[in-house]
Amino acid sequence: MKLPVPKVLTKPQAPGAEGNGAGPAVKEAPADLVGWLDERTGGATFLTGMLYRKVPKGTNWFYTLGSATLFAFTVQAVTGVFLAMFYTPSATQAYSSISHLTNDVFLGEFVRGMHKWGASLMIILIFLHMARTFVFGAYKYPRELNWVIGVVLLILTMIMGFTGYLLPFDQRSFWATTVGNNINGTGPFIGPYLADFLYGGPEFGATTLSRFYAIHMLIVPGLIIALIGAHLFLVVKLGTTAPPWLQPKRSRGTVVKEEQV
Amino acid sequence: MADAADKTNGSAGGGAVPKPDPPGYFEGESMSRRKALTVAGQAVGGLAGAIIVLPAVGFAVAPIFDKPEERWESVGPVSRFTEKTYTPVVFTLVEGIGEAGKTTAYVRKAIPDPPFNETQSYEPYVAISTRCAHLGCPVRFVEAANNFICPCHGGVYDFQGKVIGGPPVRPLDHFQTRVRNGEVQVGPRYSVTSQLDPVRARDPGEFTGGVWNVIYPPRPDTFPAP
Repeated sequence: MKLPVPKVLTKPQAPGAEGNGAGPAVKEAPADLVGWLDERTGGATFLTGMLYRKVPKGTNWFYTLGSATLFAFTVQAVTGVFLAMFYTPSATQAYSSISHLTNDVFLGEFVRGMHKWGASLMIILIFLHMARTFVFGAYKYPRELNWVIGVVLLILTMIMGFTGYLLPFDQRSFWATTVGNNINGTGPFIGPYLADFLYGGPEFGATTLSRFYAIHMLIVPGLIIALIGAHLFLVVKLGTTAPPWLQPKRSRGTVVKEEQV
Repeated sequence: MADAADKTNGSAGGGAVPKPDPPGYFEGESMSRRKALTVAGQAVGGLAGAIIVLPAVGFAVAPIFDKPEERWESVGPVSRFTEKTYTPVVFTLVEGIGEAGKTTAYVRKAIPDPPFNETQSYEPYVAISTRCAHLGCPVRFVEAANNFICPCHGGVYDFQGKVIGGPPVRPLDHFQTRVRNGEVQVGPRYSVTSQLDPVRARDPGEFTGGVWNVIYPPRPDTFPAP
């Protein structure tokens, strides 16, 4: 069965293609759910504007790396929420709750595996996305701010990796966190206080694990979601760049001033 | 700053051409009602934000300034320890977190430096922390080599805990020791300089002694050096 596409979600007419040139007449809102919502939110107009926006010629598979990263983040968020249902952030119970989740819970090993491997995948995709942006010169004016936001997102993702590593609370987690916190401590002047802040005290203590848990699942994901919003807003607002091997179209009359060296 | 600009706009001042008052200004006013209400609104909003944010930040940062309780734990009778070699002891450093709060120390009887002076103060027992001074991995004492060796990045320390190889930046930390009822007790951690002079406990990876004591400042949640 073919479902009809709601009218408001179809591709908009090119300007001047229809009517008397006086612009669209007052829009008749269709009497369906999408129309009802659109009349009250303008969401369909926003969606059509976003989904049917123009992309440059030469757009290719490399341009999907950002979406792939977003997908990896979504996987991390969803699996993370479900892992949190079984996890106990307490130094004495964390390890047993993880082994219960992995060995006893239905599909637990699968969901935990998705979260664990997805974390590495997300880091790899971020770097590929970053390399694409760099090699295609897509960080240049007017998109510098989006590059900066992307770098902050990269750092936040690294923080996610660092804080998430402690949570299984096995030997590897414990010593990796010890080493990581002590690397923070080697910064001059503020380093010792930074390490204390991460530990929640002078040594690995009772609140260290809950601190890492709160950073891992509350503070940093919130920041990442907010910054992804800003990142996507700028992508839609500024558009994407053509690949560098496509020359701008020049008609015969175009005056080209070559830089004299 | 904005007020000053408003003043010069609002009244003719010393300028040659009198400027017309912007709308909303009454005679002699330095600030319009709209401007005053905007500033007041922003101030109240900022205050409300600060009331929420400052306690939350203080709450997260407070443990840095929290002085923990001094803790002493018996690790065995004095007969258990000799001058010749180290005896490993396991004791609780942080309570309430089970195995993760335990640590290992190597304890031996101290040998006073000659010429021995009866009034010279020294810890009769030396308790060396197994926390590597590079990045905090656990070192072990290898009896055959008479060295402490770290498994992570290859740090090597001599019998006294001084660095003789690898990346560590200072000798191994010590724990304070005392004898009560014939039992050796270990207490708070302290760090040492390369000459084994005690300083307040530092995290691994931080140099000690001289200007380094300023670059890596002592933290309020540690105990003074003995």
